[in-house]
Parts: sequence; structure tokens; C-alpha cells
Amino acid sequence: MKRSYGERLFDGSNVVLMLLLSAVTLYPFLYVLIASISDPAWVVKMRGLIWYPHGFSLESYKLVFDNPAILTGYGNTLLYVVAGTALNILMTSLGAYALSRQSVKWKNPVMFMIVFTMFFNGGLIPTYLLINNLGMLDSRWALIIPSAMSAYNLIIMRTAFQSVPVSLEESAKLDGANDFIVLFRIILPLSMPVVAVMILFYGVSHWNSWFNALIYLRTRELYPLQLILREILITNSTDSMMTGVGGADKMPIGETIKYAAIIVATVPILLLYPFLQKYFVKGVMIGAVKG
Amino acid sequence: MSLMLKQRSAAEKPAVDKDSWRYSTLRDLRINKYIYIMLVPVVAYYVLFYYVPMYGLQIAFKDYTPGLGMWGSDWVGFRYFHDFFNSYYFWRLLRNTLLLSFYELLFGFPASIVLALLLNELRSSRLKRFVQTVTYMPHFISLVVVAGMLVDFLARDGLINNVLSWFGAEPIAFLRESGWFRTIFISSNVWQSVGWGSIIYLSAMSGIDPSLYEASRVDGASRWRQTLSVTLPGIMPTVVILLILQIGHFMSVGTDKILLLYNSSTYETADVIGTFVYRKGILESNFSYSSAVGLFNALINFTLLVLANAISRRTSENKLW
Repeated sequence: MKRSYGERLFDGSNVVLMLLLSAVTLYPFLYVLIASISDPAWVVKMRGLIWYPHGFSLESYKLVFDNPAILTGYGNTLLYVVAGTALNILMTSLGAYALSRQSVKWKNPVMFMIVFTMFFNGGLIPTYLLINNLGMLDSRWALIIPSAMSAYNLIIMRTAFQSVPVSLEESAKLDGANDFIVLFRIILPLSMPVVAVMILFYGVSHWNSWFNALIYLRTRELYPLQLILREILITNSTDSMMTGVGGADKMPIGETIKYAAIIVATVPILLLYPFLQKYFVKGVMIGAVKG
Repeated sequence: MSLMLKQRSAAEKPAVDKDSWRYSTLRDLRINKYIYIMLVPVVAYYVLFYYVPMYGLQIAFKDYTPGLGMWGSDWVGFRYFHDFFNSYYFWRLLRNTLLLSFYELLFGFPASIVLALLLNELRSSRLKRFVQTVTYMPHFISLVVVAGMLVDFLARDGLINNVLSWFGAEPIAFLRESGWFRTIFISSNVWQSVGWGSIIYLSAMSGIDPSLYEASRVDGASRWRQTLSVTLPGIMPTVVILLILQIGHFMSVGTDKILLLYNSSTYETADVIGTFVYRKGILESNFSYSSAVGLFNALINFTLLVLANAISRRTSENKLW
């Protein structure tokens, strides 16, 4: 098919525009990466765009991994991600299975009750007071239990479960299987793509979460990585940068620890991301049908 | 066991009774008993963490004192709403919230649609996949990191000022100037979400019947014409639904991102209702006052959602419910 002059001009500019957009998206990460492995002395006085490392030094990474606050934060975050996501998957599977079965009489009222919370809820203060009354303030539970499931993800998983052929469930039930067996032995193994999407969505949201920790936690030993990172990058509290959790060994930490800290906090997600990409696109699309 | 007995006695009665509400409910409970067991933790979670706080919203109408608890505190009616509407900050908060939301709707919302349309026109599917992979990525980066990079790049001696200095510009402390806040907030929002937002439109486009394109080509339609007459109408239902959803969150502009980026020198443009609720409630422990402000915000959101849905129902087939 022949393209007119105008069409070729459009196609050409479209390609250029898309490449520019990709560059604008990628460059900040590249900048941070380069700055993190360059010679710290140079990083402090560098100006403008940088394209390749000047000198090579892992000094700032050493500072990151020597910082007790960052290490404790990293450990806490791993705990919150693993425990939180496990609870998320369990709760969401139970809800999604129950609400995807045709014959259940109370299905629609329960679904309405859940979806309603997406558009109206008690808000920050009443929820905070509830957490306080439950005695979860300043405890690890506050970051796990209150975010046990999300209505949006429940809808995605429910839609995926609905697409599993009913005949499989029926024949299993003829063989005497109850709903728990049907869910864990038949539906879940057949829905691995959506489970992968859920693990990604929930896992990333726990990994990135900082606001709940900000309002519910007081003890620094419980802080997740993002909260420590916030101190280093934004509030620039020299206190946390100098001393960390232990408070004993004071060490000056320069500009460069910022960049290394960003990389260390982001790399796990960036490593996971390409493998899971094909799944999550599907997940969003499933959500789109019913969203 | 008592359930079973009731069940049997119900079955022994004349057949008409089988259609009764009680009979069918019990039958449903018996057949689906494991399903209801599964629903117990789910319903309990939503009741405890969503409906109990909704009930707790009554403190917006009470003079809540922790010592007396929610029950013991005195009713004060609309006093805190009145206080808020008459406070020095009310108009500033309302203006900032509305403007940030409006700009987000004006720039952020269409950006994803335009990106999806442009990606759809790419001839190389490899380039398309590459651009998609790259632009989805910021969605997964934590807000703290995004804000941290902004703080670093926008500092007086940061990347942006260094580049601008090539053109002879004087350095600006961007995040300390209230005049720059909206621009920074909205453009970084676009950077974060333009790619992720486009997924849903691309999937809507892939659902358009290819024969529509063939037919329009037979009629001699150019690609631009096809975009206007086939692609856009094809994704319109998706656009409308997402627009309704966005309007339903109109008053909750990224509070957590603002908390990371604002400071007392930019309150003039950056302080929104959500951040005000945080400061008054969590930092200053004015629980009743900030609950009232939060409730005011949530009610506007909900009203806007209902209105947007109603208008869409009237004017098109698209609706949330």
C-alpha cells in the first residue's frame, strides 16, 4: 500500500515523538544510575546532563549497605511485602471465588457492599481512630491487616475465575469435592496468570507504601524502607542520615548516597517487571471489562 | 443441627412453601455453606475496616475527646463544618483542590488517550512494544522515589537548573516557588501515568471490529478519517467510563504525593483539602474538625460521581450502574 507524503511525514514524526517520550521516561533513571556509580567527588560538582559514569566507585553503595537504618528498613519492607501479599492473595481468592459462583443468593448484596467502599469511605481520621482502638498503632500489624484486600483487585480476580469452565467445578463436586477443594485444587491452578498479576499488584503496592507507615508507626525500628528513603531524599533529616537506627556510629553521608539509595530501593521492582509485564497487561484488561 | 431440623419441617409442608423466602434462604445456606464460610473473613474485613469508620464519621458532628471516647463525646451538630467554611483557609483549599483536579483532567486524562492513538498508528510492532514497556514503568516506581528525584532535579543546583543555565536562565528553587507547584505536580503526574493509562484504551482498540476499518477504507477514508470515525467512537465507551471514575475522585488529588512535595513556602498553591485533613487530624489531633473536613470532601466526590453517572446515562448508553 502506497503512503502519501503527508502519511509518511506523520509516521516519521510519530516515531520521533515516541522515541522522545521513551527517552524522557528513561533518562531520570539513567541519570540516577550513572550518578550512583560515579566518583562521589565528581558527582557533587557535576552540572547538567550526564551520559556515562565519570570514574567508577561503589563507595555510595557501601554507605547504603553500611547504614543500619536502610538495612532495617529493607528487612521490614521484605517482611511487609511477603506477609502482606500472602494475606492479600488468600483473602482475595476467597472473596473472588465466593462472588464468582452463580448460585449464591447473597452474592450481589455482598458485591455491592464491597464496591461501594471504592467510592465512599470513612476517610483518614475515623480509620486512624479505629486502628488506634484496635491497639494496632505503632505495630507491624497496622501495615498488614488494614490493607488485607483491595476491591479493585477482587474484581479482576473474580472476572478471571468466572472464565473457568463450570463443568470442571461440577465434575469435581460429583466426586465429592467441597468448595475449598474446588478453589485451591482446580480454580487457582488454572488461574495462575491472574495470580501472578495479583502478586505483582499487591507486592508492588506493599513495597512502595509509605503513607500508612507514616501515620501508624512511631518506632523507627519498624519503619519500612520507603519511610527511611523519604528522610534521606526529601526531609533530609541529617539525624537519620548521620546516625541511623543504632545511633552510635556517626558517619557523614554525602550527596551520593541518595542516588545509590534510589537504585537499591527500586531495583527489585525493575528486575521483576519485564517478566511479569505480559501478565499485568492482561490483568488491567480483565479489570477493564468489569471496572 | 437446628438448621437441618427447620429444613426438614419446611420440606414437609405443602409445595407452595418451597418458594418462600425462608425456605430458599436456608436451602441456599445449606448448599453453599462453604462459600458462606469463605465470605465470613471477607465481609468481616469490609465491615471492620470500611463500615465501622463510616459509622465513626459521626465524630464530625461531635466534640470528640479521646478520654470520653466516641460515645461519651457531646453532639455539636454542624459546628465544625461551620468553622471550616468560615475559616481563613477554606477558599484557598477549595481553589487548590479544584484547580489541581481540573488541570489533571485537562492534561493528564487526554494524554493517555493521545498516547494510545499514536501507539496504535505505529507501523513497527517492535517499537510499539518497546515504547509500551518503557512508559508503563513509572507506574511501578514508588512515590517517594519519584518525589525524591523531583527534589533532586529541581534543586537550585539540580539537573533542570543546570540545563536552563545554558540558555542564560537564573537558577530557580522550583519547589520553593508556589507559582511552579501546579506545573511540577501535573507534569510529573503525566510522566508517571501516561503509559499505564494507555493500556486500557489500547485494549479497547484491539476490540474494534476490523471490518469497520476495511469498510471505511473502501469508502476512501484516510487514516486520520479512520481515527476520527472508527477508532475514537470505538473507544468512546471506555473513555466515558474512565471519565466518570475520574470525576468520582475529583476532590482526592494525589494527597500523598503533595505531602511529599509541598512545604510551607508553597502552601499557597499546594495545600489541598486532603493535606489539610492530614495536618489537622494526624499532626494536631483535631479529630472532629478534620473528620468534618474529610467528610465534606468525600461527600462532594460522591455527589460528583452520581451526577456524572446520571448525565452519562441521559446522554449516552454508558454508565457505571
